[in-house]
Amino acid sequence: MGIRFSLAAVVALVLAVFLGIKAAGLTYFFGVCVPYAAILAFVGGVVYKVLKWRRSPVPFRIATTAGQQKSLPWIKQDRLENPVTKKEVVGRMLLEVFLFRSLFRNTKFQMDQGPKLYYQWEKWLWLAGLLFHYAFFIILVRHLRFFTNSLPFFVEPLERLDGFLQVGLPGVYITDALFIVAVTYLFIRRIVIPQMRYMSLPADYFPLLLLLTIGVTGIMTRYFTKVDLLKVKQLAMSLVTFNPIVPEGIGVIFFIHLFLVSILLAYFPFSKLMHAGGVFLSPTRNQPNDSRIVRHINPWNYPVKVHTYAEYEDHFREKMVEAGLPVEKELPAEATTPQAGKE
Amino acid sequence: MKIYDGKYILIGLLVFVGVITFPIWFNLGKAAPPPEPKLDTPVIMQMAQKQCVLPREEMRTGHMQILNDWRTQVVRNGKRMYVAADGKTYEMSLQNECMRCHSNKTQFCDQCHTYAGLKLDSTPYCWTCHVPPKETK
Ligand code: HEC
Ligand code: HEC
Ligand code: HEC
Ligand code: HEM
Repeated sequence: MGIRFSLAAVVALVLAVFLGIKAAGLTYFFGVCVPYAAILAFVGGVVYKVLKWRRSPVPFRIATTAGQQKSLPWIKQDRLENPVTKKEVVGRMLLEVFLFRSLFRNTKFQMDQGPKLYYQWEKWLWLAGLLFHYAFFIILVRHLRFFTNSLPFFVEPLERLDGFLQVGLPGVYITDALFIVAVTYLFIRRIVIPQMRYMSLPADYFPLLLLLTIGVTGIMTRYFTKVDLLKVKQLAMSLVTFNPIVPEGIGVIFFIHLFLVSILLAYFPFSKLMHAGGVFLSPTRNQPNDSRIVRHINPWNYPVKVHTYAEYEDHFREKMVEAGLPVEKELPAEATTPQAGKE
Repeated sequence: MKIYDGKYILIGLLVFVGVITFPIWFNLGKAAPPPEPKLDTPVIMQMAQKQCVLPREEMRTGHMQILNDWRTQVVRNGKRMYVAADGKTYEMSLQNECMRCHSNKTQFCDQCHTYAGLKLDSTPYCWTCHVPPKETK
């Protein structure tokens, strides 16, 4: 169900641009209005989401992360898995963001031969996830050549490294292949593994299909149905210098690519893709485990009216003494002990 | 409304917006004009009918594919002559054919490639082996 819905959504989007450009000639709409709206939605949406998230306090530390917490001096602390200082927390966060440390712990578990449980390493998800994200990132950075007058210094080595196979012209980029392979794996994984399929929703299939289509249209643009890159660059530059013009005669395949990217951007902050921002705010990643070192006060505690025992006794001391109940502080008048009156 | 850890959140969001708007502040609002590759080489000036191997539009987007085909034909199949759609024959050679007409590499090929963000000598990397035509500046 979810697959069909997501597929239909992506096909409908592609058809919408195709007809919009071919039949209605809406190049300005799809070349200027939509990208601007999308980038606004993206930046605004991310900022809004982060601010909204951080309006909820997270006062208490999550102590049970995977690693020995700081304890007695002769017990070795796992400083990256269960950090106490800010530096260690940054280390853990870097591991998470750049290497997907948590995903690396992934295990698969199986029942075999009756009630026997087997746990095994399951690293394919981690591998495909990592490859996908790095390929995506490098592709994005390489795309900067459309958006800058002179190539920023870090793009050229990247282009060269990425294209070092020097196969065909325009040369094949390694990241293009990795991107498609990784996204395809991530998609197929959801279909083939029954549990994954059971718990996958349109919101899981849709981003994958969207990314796949973006990748495919990009690759088609580069290697097969060529478009005039100089005009594309002219359009891109006009967008970032706020002087939009749409040159005549850019192939429709480029508009499909651009429109799907716009959809992705606009969809990003309001979907699970927002994990990109969320990872920095995950309590199990960004909190030092210093529950036993620092006092954490719950910020939503309201002032509670308390009546301490000392106050209680002050109130009822005479009556208590009369009734023969023990009191901590004797009555002042006939006080006999020198300590009386001291707490 | 209180934002918890406001300092870190602010720094993070500023970095995010800074990175996203990179093309805007990197270009400082100026877009380089699209290139006009010069066709005024001696050979082309003498041509009665100024035309390339393929029609202009196809050349613009497809010249690297032609070069790729030519290279394969020459190096792998040993064929050196190319018959264009209009019956003209060309020698399949980068140096001896393309650059015979387009002898102004810096004013022609490089103009486009620099604009498109391909580095001059490295991509296309062809000129590390093939010899570009001599140009008088
Ligand atoms: C009208 C502008 C234009 C002119 C003139 C031009 N090129 Fe290109 N060329 C391009 C663009 C744009 C690309 C990038 C294509 C891409 O990246 O998909 C390119 C790519 C190439 C490539 C493939 C490079 C790679 O690594 O992908 C080669 C080879 C090439 N050009 C050779 C030449 C030669 C030789 C000349 C001069 C005879 C020339 N070009 C003139 C626009 C031009
Ligand atoms: C016989 C001379 C000749 C040869 C050989 C030749 N060209 Fe051209 N080329 C021209 C002419 C003339 C034009 C302008 C065509 C026009 O205006 O229709 C041109 C146009 C082009 C353009 C488009 C420029 C633009 O501004 O749109 C490119 C790119 C190009 N040539 C690349 C090549 C490449 C690569 C080769 C080798 C495979 C090559 N040419 C071989 C004469 C030649
Ligand atoms: C490692 C050195 C090297 C590089 C780099 C190189 N070539 Fe070549 N190329 C050769 C050699 C050697 C031949 C064979 C020459 C011959 O047999 O006439 C050749 C032949 C060719 C030919 C056919 C024959 C001729 O005279 O041009 C074409 C076309 C060609 N190369 C295009 C390219 C293009 C386009 C690039 C850049 C993408 C490129 N080459 C990069 C070495 C190189
Ligand atoms: C989420 C963002 C994007 C993704 C994942 C993406 C993906 C891709 C991929 C995989 C390619 C194949 C070639 C390559 O890797 O360079 C490509 C090419 C291309 N993309 Fe994108 N793209 C994105 C955004 C954009 C944007 C915003 C533009 C607008 C200018 C654009 C324009 C192009 C063009 C013109 C090509 C052809 C490049 C060539 O012929 O060399 N892309 N894209």
